Amino acid sequence: MITRRHLLVGAAGLLLPGCDRLNRSDTFRDGLRAFETLNLKAQRLITSRTALAREYSPEDISPYFRPNGNVTPGTDEYRLMAEGGFASWRLTVDGLVRRPLSLSVAELVDMPRRSQITRHDCVEGWSAIGKWTGVPLARLLDLAGLGERARYIVFHCMDRFGARPYYESIDLVDAYHPQTILAYGLNDRRLPIPNGAPLRLRVERQLGYKHAKYLARIEAVASLEGIYGGRGGYWEDSNDYEWYAGI
Amino acid sequence: MEYEERPAGPPERVKRHRLSTRIWHWTNVVAVFVMLMSGLMIFNAHPRLYWGQYGANTDPAWLEIGSTETRGYLRVGALQVTTTGLLGRWTDPDGNVRRRAFPHWATIPSSYSLSAGRRWHLAFAWLFAVGLVAYLIASLINRHAWRDLTPRRDELRPGALWHEAKQHARLRFPTGEAALRYNSLQKLSYFGVIFILLPVIILTGLTMSPAMDAAWPWLLDLFGGRQSARSIHFIAAFLLVLFILVHLAMVLLAGPVNEIRSMITGWYRVPQARAKEPRS
Repeated sequence: MITRRHLLVGAAGLLLPGCDRLNRSDTFRDGLRAFETLNLKAQRLITSRTALAREYSPEDISPYFRPNGNVTPGTDEYRLMAEGGFASWRLTVDGLVRRPLSLSVAELVDMPRRSQITRHDCVEGWSAIGKWTGVPLARLLDLAGLGERARYIVFHCMDRFGARPYYESIDLVDAYHPQTILAYGLNDRRLPIPNGAPLRLRVERQLGYKHAKYLARIEAVASLEGIYGGRGGYWEDSNDYEWYAGI
Repeated sequence: MEYEERPAGPPERVKRHRLSTRIWHWTNVVAVFVMLMSGLMIFNAHPRLYWGQYGANTDPAWLEIGSTETRGYLRVGALQVTTTGLLGRWTDPDGNVRRRAFPHWATIPSSYSLSAGRRWHLAFAWLFAVGLVAYLIASLINRHAWRDLTPRRDELRPGALWHEAKQHARLRFPTGEAALRYNSLQKLSYFGVIFILLPVIILTGLTMSPAMDAAWPWLLDLFGGRQSARSIHFIAAFLLVLFILVHLAMVLLAGPVNEIRSMITGWYRVPQARAKEPRS
């Protein structure tokens, strides 16, 4: 006889592996991915381009700012650079720009700066608040003269996961947002190595993995296709995380 | 009020649930099932809850699911209970010991993937939220919310609630005329879930989005910060599970065939009072 209990256990037994099967289906995954675009469009629809992330007061700063992902690029080259106070490091700005740039830390520090006390939200769920100081990305893009075909800014990093270099990308709405800065300072000190020294991205309306650390090169591109896995970032390529990480 | 002439006693069968209610109920069965289980997967990525604006590993957590070399545990405040086999440390179907918070049978997908859990959660959230908003609009327009779900003042008197609680505890369910409308405890639960709990779940979910916090900064003030919102999101989901368990228990006790049919076809067989008891 089939009891109610059998039915319940049977239903659970069908539903759960069913979800796992759906999760493995490319068609179903593509269907889920469509909602990433919907989330992007819906959030952009209700948010003004310049709507600011909350800026906190100094009392709100986390006692310890948790670093995540790679805590050092770990190469000999990087170690030498760090020992020399990153004097030999240069940031390259190239791709679809009229005047490619090569900038030292000292040159970046001499440029107009912005400081902001903001909250860093990791995709895992935790948050940390810190004070970031750096150069607005818009300023660098203006200096370099962004080309008309440029649609995305790609951030190439010095750290790797295995053989794969870390990279990230954002569109021009976020690139020109007033709080999008290239930070060289955290909590009024030089950016520590675990947090991305000498320079990292802050893109305050998105989750932590978009905030590329250990920057080496910024490239303006028309499309993300052909860049590594083509999905616009290391985690996007390797683990199917969303390219748009506003939620 | 005019009195129509009609047969004595309540009707045998009534159209109990509107189409909008029935559609919303069954889309919610799917949406809530997926949201809860994919939500537990997301929780597994960082099984600690905090109050305030920030919170990470070195900050004090009010709730934590963790593990040691030998056991799993749940800690709430200073209270710690061993939960080996259920939370924190459990064995997967292949016999491997896993040190994740919620076990494989409670999460979507069943093996750890934060990105997949997020894809499910943030897609079905649309079904859940759009469904709620559509239902709220429909039930305000057709006055379902006011007529059937809002408790009347006399139903909220402590004496009336106590009476209702006793009837429930004795598993005495209303018959005849009284079975045609929700009793005060039902109204309170449905009202609380539909107008408070579900909106809180959706709004605290949105508060965790950095882009939403820029668009609607009042969200952070309403819930006291992103980490508080995350905690409230989890507590509200837990309360929703409790509601569902009681709801399912009541359906089973009140007559599952009649109850489930009424939520599919709308038609409800009105429970009739037992044949008059002989009284002296």
